[in-house]
Amino acid sequence: MNALALKAYDLRQDVLDIIVAGGGGHIGGDMSSMEIMLTLYHRMNVDPQQPKDPNRDRFVLSKGHCVETLYAVLADKGFLDIEEVKAQFSRFGSEYIGHPHNTLPGIEMNSGSLGHGLSVCVGMALAGRMDQRPYRVYTLMGDGELAEGSIWEALMAAGHYGLDNLCAVIDRNHLQISGNTEEVMGHHDLHARFAAFDWHVIDVADGNDVDQLEAAFQEAERTKGKPTILIANTVKGKGSPLMENKASWHHHLPNQAEYEQISRDLKARKAELAEALAKGGAAHE
Amino acid sequence: MNKIANRAVMCEVLKEAAAKDRDVVVLCSDSRGSASLTSFAEEYPAQFVEIGIAEQNLVSVAAGLASCGKKAFAVSPASFISTRSYEQCKVDCAYSNTNVKLVGISGGVSYGALGMTHHSAQDIAAMSAIPGMRVYLPSDRHQTRKLFEALLQDQQTAYIRLGRNPVEDVYEENCVPFEMNKATEIAQGSDVLIVACGEMVKPAKEAAELLAKQGVSAGVLDMYCIKPLDAEGLLKAAAGKKLVVSVEEHAPFGGLGSMVAQVISANDPKRVINLALPDAPVITGTSQEVFHHYGLDAEGIAKTVSQALEG
Repeated sequence: MNALALKAYDLRQDVLDIIVAGGGGHIGGDMSSMEIMLTLYHRMNVDPQQPKDPNRDRFVLSKGHCVETLYAVLADKGFLDIEEVKAQFSRFGSEYIGHPHNTLPGIEMNSGSLGHGLSVCVGMALAGRMDQRPYRVYTLMGDGELAEGSIWEALMAAGHYGLDNLCAVIDRNHLQISGNTEEVMGHHDLHARFAAFDWHVIDVADGNDVDQLEAAFQEAERTKGKPTILIANTVKGKGSPLMENKASWHHHLPNQAEYEQISRDLKARKAELAEALAKGGAAHE
Repeated sequence: MNKIANRAVMCEVLKEAAAKDRDVVVLCSDSRGSASLTSFAEEYPAQFVEIGIAEQNLVSVAAGLASCGKKAFAVSPASFISTRSYEQCKVDCAYSNTNVKLVGISGGVSYGALGMTHHSAQDIAAMSAIPGMRVYLPSDRHQTRKLFEALLQDQQTAYIRLGRNPVEDVYEENCVPFEMNKATEIAQGSDVLIVACGEMVKPAKEAAELLAKQGVSAGVLDMYCIKPLDAEGLLKAAAGKKLVVSVEEHAPFGGLGSMVAQVISANDPKRVINLALPDAPVITGTSQEVFHHYGLDAEGIAKTVSQALEG
């Protein structure tokens, strides 16, 4: 998992490059959700050589605006060519648009309008159960996104049907475009809210820690009779003090000086992490 | 008078299909009774998904099922599935290209006195505006069967509106001319063409019979396929006519009339009259009372045609 933790910083640089090349992107959420998507794709049963394998695990990026991180992770997994993504993102006539589109390999469903992903995943999980297929279904939602009523319809249905092949993740970075989530539309005790809908709830103390995420995904897989939801406490803009915990970086396009600063910060963070991991040693292996 | 509603025929066709194909799945939003699907739920419980009163979830769950190879039929009152779930229909069905058949039951003013919350007079316009969405309004139980049999064979999303009440047959049981996405010419005439869809086809046919007694020769076209509209069939049927009259159980904008006028004006300009519900909450009453009030019954249609030809 150490290599994965370090890779997150390399892919953050890819995300930065994609956004700057394309002239815009949702950089704050991209950075907060990096370890979540990276850990997921590390463990999911998906194969770029067999993208339509009926037994593949499914992932739907409900917070579709964080597509730049999905592109970086899919490229790392072999579904996409990262250089092509950087060259084409948001260009006239490009396939690489600012939200997931399922004409691209590895992308299951189109998203972008918030509050759809969990419902779609309920359908995928029901289909898996009907056909007795072994696959698991995952979705990633933003915490601001949770104000969408359709999500609570889906939470209700997944709990009702006890869909234990379904696992949802909340990128709990506490910020949305207008500011702090608790000021915009408070979630209060999210754990209790999800539990009340008959979900197994796991609080991931550091949602930017691949080991904690992997342990939570394993617990989800072991949990029978209920769907599982991870409340992954993340840092919006993770990777550089310039953008960390700043709502203004929700969709901020870095200028040249900011780009260079963020790149330096990402390298420094990676080096710090490598050092810490080396000291931590076997615990992370 | 036929006592079998189109929705009941849908259930029969879906049960026949479910018996042969376990990928046929029906979803309801506490609407199995209204949809005449109770017997489907009882006979094929493993292929039936109850979503509860949550129409947005209904449509997206159907899309998730369809993305995994299921032939998903999401069935809910037309007023709710077409507007409350509109974004889910747009994004998860049409845009994501999933094989979800969206069935709007109790369409138009079927619910009569229940008021505008339960009427779907905007569904044709709304659904037709979505790229990739097809829109069908079958006219009677026999055509409904043919349509659902055809829809079971394709892989693309579609919206189908069915009425609540049994309607008189337009076709005879053993003689139902049907070609997917081709309008059916049910009467030929030389003076005027009446184009109708859904439950308006029967009164249109009867109007042509009334007009014949007055010496007016009216052709009638059953345009059950609103989108893709059979423009070729329409132009062929309208050729040489003085007047085209469209009849629909829908608001006056963006429905069959708008599309017929578009095709006629661009290709064979002539007078087109659109008969539709008003741009207002409709008057309280049964379907038949409402149709009569707005001139959408046989007498009303015939009167409009006569007056237009005289004028």
